[in-house]
Amino acid sequence: MDILLGVGGSELSYQALEETLDRVQQTGDTLTVAIFDNEEISEEMETIRQRVEATLQETDFEAEIRELDGRSPGSALVSLAEEEGFDRIVLGGGERSTLGKIQLGSIVEFVLLNAQTPVTLIR
Amino acid sequence: MTREYPDEPADEFPRPPRTVTDREGRAVTIDPADMGDHDGVLEMYLSFDPADRAQGIPPANESAIENWLETILGDDTFNVVAHHDDSVVGHATLVPDRNGEYELAIFVLQSFQGAGIGTNLVETLLGLGQAEGLGKVWLTVERWNDPAIALYRKVGFETTTTESFEIEMSIRL
Repeated sequence: MDILLGVGGSELSYQALEETLDRVQQTGDTLTVAIFDNEEISEEMETIRQRVEATLQETDFEAEIRELDGRSPGSALVSLAEEEGFDRIVLGGGERSTLGKIQLGSIVEFVLLNAQTPVTLIR
Repeated sequence: MTREYPDEPADEFPRPPRTVTDREGRAVTIDPADMGDHDGVLEMYLSFDPADRAQGIPPANESAIENWLETILGDDTFNVVAHHDDSVVGHATLVPDRNGEYELAIFVLQSFQGAGIGTNLVETLLGLGQAEGLGKVWLTVERWNDPAIALYRKVGFETTTTESFEIEMSIRL
């Protein structure tokens, strides 16, 4: 299976990276990591790239890293998955406030509602 | 991201303790609460209908509820509970976020819903917040939860963002 994982720089997105790596090492799926600037986090693209590369190196797993540009990372992720025939999109999401309420961000919502590709949300 | 708030502060809200009569004629007292009210509040959440959970709270099992109560009844939080016949039938809480603003949540036991207790709980909690000098209060609510959204609007909350599954609303005290 060809898996497209979106990483926008939130802690949950890095957790999703680690969990996905655990999984693909067992299944032999191929993984592409799409990194993007999530305006709710505003982490530099380069910082995200370095952290993703470091995690890949630690696990000794080869995955291509792609940068998503533009103002709508959700839309870019959905388009990439369709144009290149990925089998599944994976995203981390569902931040908890101090009070404990789970909130899904606008990128996650866009992908869940608009993707033609099956989506796995890791929370 | 900076959260937006109404320019004008809200009017003065009633402060606890209060006794109100709900639309079914039941006398309900609304009192300030803290960790000392833990047992009664726990009892209410243990009998909570899972279908009435929202955005992951209250948690599903007792140990998770216990952990959660440590946070929402803990230091720096503000709480009110609604009592009827010595049982807790409603609870509202203000929990500080990282920016010194307060997130509000409210829960009313199923058999006491739709009788005006929620509105009284929220108003009285905001009155407590005013007495304590709090400035900014916000909440999120699921977009399809029309009764809750109507309640918050009536009390004076204004919608700030609607671009995800949850609507965010805020009020200035």
